[in-house]
Amino acid sequence: MKKNESYEEFIKGLWRDNPVFVQVLGMCPMLAVTNSAINAVAMGGATFFVLVGSSFLVSSFRNLIPKQVRISCFIIIIATFVTIADYSLLALVPTVHKELGAFIPLIVANCLILGRQEAFASRYPTRLAVLDALGMASGFMLALFSLGAVREILGDGALFGIKLFGDNFEPWVIMILPPGGFLTLGVILLFFNWFKHKKDEFLEDVAAAERGGN
Amino acid sequence: MNTDARKETSSPSSIRLVLTLAIAGLISGIAIIGIYESTLPTITANKARELREAVFKVLPGVTQMQALVYRDRELVVVAQPDKDEPVVYGGYDAQGDFVGYAMPAAGPGFQDTIAILYGYKPAQKIVVGMEVLESRETPGLGDKIYKDMDFVGGFSELSVEPEIVAVKKGTKSLPNEIDAITGATISAKAVVRIINEAHTAWDGQLPAPGSEPPYVATEPADNGAGQ
Amino acid sequence: MDNLLWIFVSALLVNNFVLTYFLGLCPFLGVSNSLETSARLGLATTFVMLVTAICAWVLNTYVLIHAPYLRLICFIVVIASTVQFIEMLIKKLSPALFRAMGIFLPLITTNCAILGLAIFATNRGYGFWEGIIYALGAGAGFTLAMVLLAGLREESELSNIPALIKGTAMNLIIAGILSMAFMGFAGLFSSS
Repeated sequence: MKKNESYEEFIKGLWRDNPVFVQVLGMCPMLAVTNSAINAVAMGGATFFVLVGSSFLVSSFRNLIPKQVRISCFIIIIATFVTIADYSLLALVPTVHKELGAFIPLIVANCLILGRQEAFASRYPTRLAVLDALGMASGFMLALFSLGAVREILGDGALFGIKLFGDNFEPWVIMILPPGGFLTLGVILLFFNWFKHKKDEFLEDVAAAERGGN
Repeated sequence: MNTDARKETSSPSSIRLVLTLAIAGLISGIAIIGIYESTLPTITANKARELREAVFKVLPGVTQMQALVYRDRELVVVAQPDKDEPVVYGGYDAQGDFVGYAMPAAGPGFQDTIAILYGYKPAQKIVVGMEVLESRETPGLGDKIYKDMDFVGGFSELSVEPEIVAVKKGTKSLPNEIDAITGATISAKAVVRIINEAHTAWDGQLPAPGSEPPYVATEPADNGAGQ
Repeated sequence: MDNLLWIFVSALLVNNFVLTYFLGLCPFLGVSNSLETSARLGLATTFVMLVTAICAWVLNTYVLIHAPYLRLICFIVVIASTVQFIEMLIKKLSPALFRAMGIFLPLITTNCAILGLAIFATNRGYGFWEGIIYALGAGAGFTLAMVLLAGLREESELSNIPALIKGTAMNLIIAGILSMAFMGFAGLFSSS
């Protein structure tokens, strides 16, 4: 039972409660940095680090933080991790840092992270909180990557900088510009809606068949 | 599963609240200072190296450089310019002879501000190189200002007298003309305008050709000790 | 002076905070179902941006030179305090307005547009007046985008929209088209 529970906590962040596609959280960095796959992955990595780190600390100290100042404490913890991520990226991969620019500090304002602390990490034991964070962060990374990959492939004819199509490919430049971000996410959400609709329909049919069968 | 049941019999005292915040702030501060100090050497080294590479790119033949600012009506050497002080970089060859200035400049482009560095030889009054440092121009169109090697190459011997003029591609005839980029005229003209404006701003502050500040060899400044 | 006009128009139209930089999306998508609320929220946000820009400049000039690594935390504290202060101010001056705005005021705190404003202004080295103009332009741009989307959404309430696309998906696609429209403002300041 325990094993299944842990698995549940982790996996829910990947699909069922995917932070971007289902909960529609963390939009701001999402669209701005997904103009190429590598930027998307880098931002996903940074957010991963911040989310898992903060969840770990918040959950470990959840009994020590008084309710009245909890949001401020969460923000202090998150901001610390973000600053660490910022300076580390600047030192280790300055080119990537230049691409992501001001959006690394903006991870602090990512509603996803604060939301997770408030809704989950501050109420559950450390192990579960970390699993939840891992799942959410992975789901976020997956979402960022798919957005970045689609935009880069259509808008630049490349993935991770490697040209995929020949020279005759006319890139759909708008995809790597801001409108492309909005449109791509909108269409992906559309697919999610359609998928959910089909699934509900299917379950309806199954339920109706069972009722009819009895 | 043990979700917490906190006893809310009495709200914690103000002291407890303030103390919690203070401790959180303290730990956070220590962590941040720690990461800052440990990454500072790498970051400063990276920045310095990037600048050197850009300067050497726009001033061919240069192997040494130093920062120059305009103070008290003359151009002087500084180890570290003040925060908002306009600065140019003097480029010198291996023998320490002056080659040219590398001048940073910026201005509005098509989409957003373009920042460039250009090499300038005052004796012949020519631009000898141009490097785009920052731009947000349209990919595939405006970004040709740094991707189109013909355009960038056009700056390798460009007279600034009376001023640089961007002309339709293929029609360059005078030494102060440069071929613009087809399909990205505005971005190309913006670069030209930025250089012209920077030149006008600096021209009166540069010393007469031949009397530029000599190269001052400094100790490698890891500990900030001067000469 | 040329510079100031460029900063303002750039933040308002050419590089609109919402439609080009994707800042302030949470309220943009979440709150823009009513024209009036959007306008009010935009106004409040603009005010907070103004105060933030001034405080950011003061911090950058006098305090953060000695401790640049504390920038992020200081900005957040400033923004949270400003919003708290404005909330109290509005509550006192106009309880009716306070009730109308409800939950939206505290939401301004997590609005990435405000933090983004502070960070951008710092990175570009804006001085005191440039920061103020930038804040005004960014706030106006944010309000403009919100009001535009709100108007479109109110209109779409009256039409027959397939349930599949209704909601965030549709709002995003509308926003994408708005963003495309705003791209037309590029080159506004180019001189030949």
